[in-house]
Amino acid sequence: MTEPSVHLHHVTVRYGATKALNDVTLTIPSGKIIGLLGPSGAGKTTLLRIVVGRLKTDNGQAKILGYPAGSRKLRGRVGYMTQSVSVYPDLTVRQNLRYFATIMGVSWSRIPDYVKEVDLADQAKQLAGTLSGGQKSRLSLAIALLGDPELLVLDEPTVGVDPVLRRKLWEIFHGRATKGTTILVSSHVMDEAAHCDDLLLIRRGRILAHDSPAALCDRTHATTVEEAFLKLVEARR
Amino acid sequence: MSPRRTTATAGRVLRQLLHDPRTLGLIFVVPCALLILVKYVFDGQPTIFNSIEPMMLGVFPLTIMFLITSIATLRERTTGTLDRLMTMPISKLDFVLGYAIAFAIVAAAQALLATWLVIGWLAVPVAAGGLPMLFGAVLGGFLGTSLGLFISAFARTEFQAVQFLPALIFPQLLTCGLIISRDHMASWLQTFSDYMPMTYSVDAMKRVTTETQWSSQLTHDFIIVVAVAIGVLVLGAVTIRRRD
Repeated sequence: MTEPSVHLHHVTVRYGATKALNDVTLTIPSGKIIGLLGPSGAGKTTLLRIVVGRLKTDNGQAKILGYPAGSRKLRGRVGYMTQSVSVYPDLTVRQNLRYFATIMGVSWSRIPDYVKEVDLADQAKQLAGTLSGGQKSRLSLAIALLGDPELLVLDEPTVGVDPVLRRKLWEIFHGRATKGTTILVSSHVMDEAAHCDDLLLIRRGRILAHDSPAALCDRTHATTVEEAFLKLVEARR
Repeated sequence: MSPRRTTATAGRVLRQLLHDPRTLGLIFVVPCALLILVKYVFDGQPTIFNSIEPMMLGVFPLTIMFLITSIATLRERTTGTLDRLMTMPISKLDFVLGYAIAFAIVAAAQALLATWLVIGWLAVPVAAGGLPMLFGAVLGGFLGTSLGLFISAFARTEFQAVQFLPALIFPQLLTCGLIISRDHMASWLQTFSDYMPMTYSVDAMKRVTTETQWSSQLTHDFIIVVAVAIGVLVLGAVTIRRRD
């Protein structure tokens, strides 16, 4: 696998006068868990929406799995979990999955596997609207997993989630990564860094660093990723 | 385009409605209750009632389906489910047609009930018979669905979407010939109403009530309603953006 999963080349995105992404260049190899870390408003969601092809770049190119971002060939090959829980509240867990499975061209016979993977077997017949917040986000994740996409783009999946569920989610992500899936996951909680192979630190639309957690701390003489982040911000001043 | 994805979307929308019995109830109860209300409004004027009531059948399903569809599709846009779908292998037309089919089925059931009420229970004499009347009511509902699908693209919130009802439907209601015959209006308003689809939906109902034969004007009315509905539906698919 020589083709990188994600390759952004001098990507800039503007919302009016502000630059949500400012000349971002990065390459993400396949089969790794990449944490996109930064404060809220840093441009995380914008970057992820570029990758899934929902947003056009104002400048620069985005290539995903070897194709230009947004290409028809990528539809269904990139799993996307939006920040809001994008499920149908007035459908059951199973009905939600069946609908999206049909759209993805995934056989219904595989749905129990996904339900099991996110631990929702007991809730399969429950309306999504009546699920707890954590259960809803797991359903949202299951939908993103349908069809076992090569690239998973997850927008803050662990935010506001209790520690038990957070550990469970990371187990799922690691399980997927060992099968060769590339996972691009955003968070504004720096603690999440420990779970990632590589980190992308982002602030004000710019990438501050792209390194493994250990190398990052080494380089900045920091003990935690949070400290490293602060040092990088200060160094830029 | 994929028939499987279109029908899956239609099935999904219907299943959502089935889990929302109150909405479903309102869809069927409200037009019927209004039609009965009209009966007692014109209690002392049965002749006027007999000519007004069928026209109401060209108005109520259209208005109600417009409102329901515009909110339903707006919700899809604001909750992120459309966002997610647009990264998946579904065409925009599959999505829009799925909605149209689902709500057309609902509109048909609603029209069936309302037509039965008008002819069977309120005993309004209909020269052309029940079938053309039913056809007209279904088309009205379908037109409302298409308009609702299209207009939801221009609303960011439910507050905005709801206001499209007075903004878009009320002017048509006033000028379609329901309140007063169109030749009594200012000539520029007549021209305006010539371009408004509800005019034809209501005109069809007028003809169904008074003409025993299926006239070419009736066909003309129906064709215009269908053509506008389909045209607006395609526009609705265009207004969905795969990439912002």
